[in-house]
Amino acid sequence: MNLPAYLRSLGAKFFHRLQLAEDMEEELRSHIQHRADDLERSGVSRAEAERHARIEFGGQERVKEECHEAMGGNFLDTLQQDARFALRMLRKSPSFTVLAVGTLALAIGANAVVFGVMDGLILRPLNIPQPESLWGTVYGEDPGFQSYLNYVDLRDRNHTFEDLAAFNFAFVGLDTGEDPTVASGFATTANYFDVLRVHPYLGRFYGRSDEHGPNSAPYLVLSYAYWHSRFQDDRGVIGRTVQLNKHPFTIIGVAPPDFRGTLLFISPEFLMPIVNQEQVEGQDLLNTRGTTHGVFEVFGHLKPGVTRPQAEADVNAVGAYLEKTYPKEFAQKSATLQRVGLTSFGGAVRQFMTGLMLLAGLILLAACANLGGLFAARAADRSREVALRLALGSSRQRILRQLLTEAVLISLVGGTVGLIGSIVLLRRMSVWQPFPAAPLHLPVSPDAKTYVVALALALLSGFLFGIVPVRQVLRTNPYEIVKAGSSGRIGRRFTVRDLLLAGQIAICAVLVTSSMVALRGMMRSLHSNLGFEPRNAMLVSTNLAMAGYSGDQLPMMQKRMIHAMETIPGVERVGLVNNYAPLLYAAGSRANVFKEETTDLKPASAVARPYRYDVSPEYFRAAGTALLAGRDLNWHDDKGSPAVAVVNRDFAIKIFGSVTNAVGRYFKVQDGSRVQVVGVVEDGKYMSLTEDQEPAIFPPFLQSPTSASDLVVRSSRDPQQVAADVRSQLRQLDAGLPVDTATWTAQLDLVLFPARMATMSLGVLGIMGAILSITGIFGMAAYSVSKRLRELGIRQALGAQRKEVLQTALGRAVKLLAIGSTAGLLLGVLASRVLASIVYSATPRDPVVLTGVVLAMSLLGLLATWIPARRALSIDPLILLRED
Amino acid sequence: MAEQAQLLPGTLDLLILKAVSLGPLHGYGVLLRIGQISREALLIEQGALYPALFRLVRQGLLKASWGTSENNRRAKFYELTTAGRKRLQEETDGWNRLASAIASALKARPEEV
Repeated sequence: MNLPAYLRSLGAKFFHRLQLAEDMEEELRSHIQHRADDLERSGVSRAEAERHARIEFGGQERVKEECHEAMGGNFLDTLQQDARFALRMLRKSPSFTVLAVGTLALAIGANAVVFGVMDGLILRPLNIPQPESLWGTVYGEDPGFQSYLNYVDLRDRNHTFEDLAAFNFAFVGLDTGEDPTVASGFATTANYFDVLRVHPYLGRFYGRSDEHGPNSAPYLVLSYAYWHSRFQDDRGVIGRTVQLNKHPFTIIGVAPPDFRGTLLFISPEFLMPIVNQEQVEGQDLLNTRGTTHGVFEVFGHLKPGVTRPQAEADVNAVGAYLEKTYPKEFAQKSATLQRVGLTSFGGAVRQFMTGLMLLAGLILLAACANLGGLFAARAADRSREVALRLALGSSRQRILRQLLTEAVLISLVGGTVGLIGSIVLLRRMSVWQPFPAAPLHLPVSPDAKTYVVALALALLSGFLFGIVPVRQVLRTNPYEIVKAGSSGRIGRRFTVRDLLLAGQIAICAVLVTSSMVALRGMMRSLHSNLGFEPRNAMLVSTNLAMAGYSGDQLPMMQKRMIHAMETIPGVERVGLVNNYAPLLYAAGSRANVFKEETTDLKPASAVARPYRYDVSPEYFRAAGTALLAGRDLNWHDDKGSPAVAVVNRDFAIKIFGSVTNAVGRYFKVQDGSRVQVVGVVEDGKYMSLTEDQEPAIFPPFLQSPTSASDLVVRSSRDPQQVAADVRSQLRQLDAGLPVDTATWTAQLDLVLFPARMATMSLGVLGIMGAILSITGIFGMAAYSVSKRLRELGIRQALGAQRKEVLQTALGRAVKLLAIGSTAGLLLGVLASRVLASIVYSATPRDPVVLTGVVLAMSLLGLLATWIPARRALSIDPLILLRED
Repeated sequence: MAEQAQLLPGTLDLLILKAVSLGPLHGYGVLLRIGQISREALLIEQGALYPALFRLVRQGLLKASWGTSENNRRAKFYELTTAGRKRLQEETDGWNRLASAIASALKARPEEV
């Protein structure tokens, strides 16, 4: 049907309805007239006859309603009538409406945001064809780190995947001939695009036929976004040669716009063949089986009909084969399949999001309880109106429908407002780049699913709180109420309303408790001992491979860099650590360590797997790590001298029993060489703030040169000036070397980001809980004061003290607050396990948290009862008694 | 006035159809006619009449048109449609069968069992 015709039919329906109503009206009038005619004939006056006829007929409104119903198809009519009436009623009490809509908007908004994020992170498949059969492999608890050789075996020996692709991260200096800048991308196996079934936007992708052994495929594929920003959509870019870390690569294609790789948080700027990674990064990862750095994730489509457990068994069988064949280099860990996108973080993210969704659900429940209480109070206030309507012949069903319409109307308006707010917030989150230096983004975009869920929740909650006053209406006795007025009785008995309020306060107390626990946990981990001092330290990260250095040039150049830093005025100490400094990018590497006497060096007989940081002399002083025993490393600990290492306290105690025992002793590493412990430093955090204390070793960087390193520059000068000096010094050394500078504190923000986000979201939910409990208590207290104004006035007139008046007016609200808070606090403590999985070092049995919650809830109570209390105290009994 | 009988559920529609089948009537007229043909034994509540009339119109058993009554007032007159006539016949037969069955059942004596 076209629009004008539809509108016409709608109009016709409308006018037809008006005419019907008029018709009905006239018919009933005619009936009464005829009856009156008859009565008049029997001798009464016309007026008396008409009055009599009307009385005989009974409630006309009811008859009309029943007629409407009898005609059927009037559901929409009634709905429209109800909606109009509801709007009128809501307009009459704007403060109630605003409060209700606001409360619901908040709750629905919170749910929509959490759902939107959950949808983006967990529910929505990646932007690739047939994501449902695409699985990634995860080894043990590690985020899928495996070596290239293991990948090749897995690819060739499994029977359950159609094909397996793998990728690794690649951070390179990309030089188009103008200025070299750091770009981050993926080094992928040649079959990567074929496995993912994506097709190029421009040019072509590389494939298996391009690959003929190490460094055979110098091809580059750009992501659409990078092509757009760095190459300004230049279609002539295909076939151009650019320098990756001083090696020529040919750009052969551009990926389609919606292709963002297979990781949710990180999208690559470019893709290059993994066989060429050695050429670019200077580290041969293709031929080392024992490494954990070769491959980040291995994934592929399952063959049709293969189930996940079958594939897992298959992968584990290959793992068992590898362990048997390469006992020295491969330790079997049970492998699982995970959806690609979150790799092994999936479990934690899922758990956190589920927890958050649960809390958001609690918020909604609290809001419903809050609104249910408000509606019950409103229905009580309107009992006179309800009674009148009942007396005039309206059906109870109709009145209930009316009340429910009102509730649903509020819920829809509130839901819409909340949804709009959440869409704005989600949109912002999706373009938010918390770290300009790192290619991280939140893959959220609100879609129809979010809208539907939000509106469904709104409707559901509308029915939920709309249903609260039902019993009240059903039990209304019109005769009693019309006769006695609406003052009603004020019983000592706890009503449904009280229960709702106590329940709501309990929920809010749970939320407040959980946010306090989270805050406290966060605070604790911020102040925990990191094992270094991030303040006043600047991290200068370089990768010498990007400027073409390799082999023995590396330590020489690094030494020169350290000395150059030392000449900068105001710089106190300079140290260097290979790859990344502790806690950066969660990128620590581990080493297998054996006892000195062990001869069978298979991974299973390792005594420890400490983190390994190759550091320069002075590193510990620059980083602010305390030396507990022995000596620091020095410039003579180089390739020509025996292998030595500094270890941390935990390592010393685990392997040698005590700190003093450790100095001078030996341990063995994977390649069989003996390493002497020369010093012991304090413990610290290495991968994450949540980790248990881990062992760590610090061999001298001169004994195992690597191109990528972080310089630690300690200075109390303004970091920006220091950074500028650092850059100019390094430019003097080599103008073609890309340099990143950042304070250590700023870099830690990245590590703390998930915890910060978790704490923030819990904090926001806690604040929402607090707001809800304020409105709930306020509503209840204000209502009870207004209901009992007269009684309070009389009490005052009879000489009651202020304290007694307050007790009468607010006693119940305070009692409910106490009961609710206690229940909530207990529940919060019980929920500690859930919380501990969300926020680390979270324990609600912390006295600070307990007193904090009690204080917060009492403060909220005070705040919420303040205005009603003032009102109760300012009653002038004379005016009141005169008025009524 | 004769003693009044309770109206069985569902019989109101039948009575209305019967009343209207004797000639077009307006609402009040239907009431009077039912009273008349039941010898004042059946009294219809005024309020219950109209919903029933509207229901029958919707079912297509009655049709309505405005006209002028014997009192010279505007009134809405109802008359049977063909479907209404048919339905009246069916319902009458049904009712008669039921009534005679119940009557014979109630007349039963112990020796007949």
